[in-house]
Amino acid sequence: MRHLMSPLDFTTRELEQLFDLANDMEQHRERYAHICEGKKLATCFYEPSTRTRLSFEAAMLNLGGQVLGFSDASSSSAAKGESVSDTIRVISCYADICAMRHPKEGAPMVAAGRSSIPVINAGDGGHQHPTQTLTDLLTIRSLKGRLSDLTIGLCGDLKFGRTVHSLIHALVRYENIRFLFISPEELRMPSYMTEMLREKGIAYEEVIRLEDCIDSLDLLYMTRVQRERFFNEEDYVRLKDFYLLDKEKLSLAKDDMLILHPLPRVNEISVEVDDDPRAVYFRQAQYGVYIRMALICTLLGLTGEEGGNIC
Amino acid sequence: MLNVGKIEEGFVLDHIKAGKSLSIYHHLQLDKLDCTVAIIKNARSSKMERKDIIKVECDVNMLNLDILGFIDHTITVNVIKDGKIVEKKQLSLPKEIKNVIRCKNPRCITSIEQGLPHIFVLTDPQKEVYRCKYCEEKCRQRW
Ligand SMILES: [Zn+2]
Repeated sequence: MRHLMSPLDFTTRELEQLFDLANDMEQHRERYAHICEGKKLATCFYEPSTRTRLSFEAAMLNLGGQVLGFSDASSSSAAKGESVSDTIRVISCYADICAMRHPKEGAPMVAAGRSSIPVINAGDGGHQHPTQTLTDLLTIRSLKGRLSDLTIGLCGDLKFGRTVHSLIHALVRYENIRFLFISPEELRMPSYMTEMLREKGIAYEEVIRLEDCIDSLDLLYMTRVQRERFFNEEDYVRLKDFYLLDKEKLSLAKDDMLILHPLPRVNEISVEVDDDPRAVYFRQAQYGVYIRMALICTLLGLTGEEGGNIC
Repeated sequence: MLNVGKIEEGFVLDHIKAGKSLSIYHHLQLDKLDCTVAIIKNARSSKMERKDIIKVECDVNMLNLDILGFIDHTITVNVIKDGKIVEKKQLSLPKEIKNVIRCKNPRCITSIEQGLPHIFVLTDPQKEVYRCKYCEEKCRQRW
């Protein structure tokens, strides 16, 4: 039995299969509409994350399966002090697969060790959020047609951003990737990340101004610059606009550059950009459902072949 | 050199970094063993300026060499039988250690889950990096 704890759990070859399946689901939704009939997904969310939970539930419902679960710890047995190990053993009796979100790092791995059903890490504190990373990869592959030969700009909070670190770890497995890290001095990419890139011989540059490099990018990954990361309000106000993507900055970019964002956005992308064909962050949310559909089927052992047999 | 009685069966742990012998004594839980232990501090050494030595008179199967390898794999382990050195063991870094050190990351599941063993995995043998199996936090200080 397989679980998903980190985006690196799958080889790049296995990921290709997963992405192919997700794309097939996108093209032929009806073929997969009943593939999980009679199966149940448990969403065990020890902290609220409505977007992620709904994405998992939509994925299972699209496959004809059913969902059950809890959406924060206070409404669950965890509030009574039940351990993750005990909870998953009980959940294993109720459902066929589990998506777990937990504020403590490594909790889904503890669950996987005790579980008799596949466990998907739906985010464990600041540690991993593999379905977000797989969503990003699927979006890039689907809309660019490749995961290699890309110049990728990552913009905003690069210091604390789990999402961007995880995406970088996933992307360095592909050929000819170049990174541009666009951030204020205060939120620069940590040295352990740049050291890792140097060791692997992967090209990167650190840039302060988005305007200075946007024309060279195939992909711009925007992240939120959060108020609580700054010592004073002045710096925050100054920098949040500095990293605001608007029509003017976008006019310098290539015609086929993609703009991604893990959402929710606050003010780092102006709404005037939303109608630009290069803005794909809402399609990214849609790919998030397809990748979770493909993942649920793969982990349940209900993949391609059987999908084909059904139609 | 200071003369400490010979042992018939047991171990002589040599080339311990000076001053670290007591810490090793505790990690190997020698305080819980009912046997003769001699600790020699700051002995003169040709290899290192000063070193510590621990002599333990015990059954040769009683020592957890994984823990010793984790703490310091440059320590020389001499196995003694019938009063003679019968073997010099090479220590290596264990791939995994269980319940030797605790994960200090307050956001780690080990901080709340009861009965969960603290496991550290060797993730970079060259740099000798151990990480918590659950949260991947680096073990900052070995001992
Ligand atoms: Zn830990």
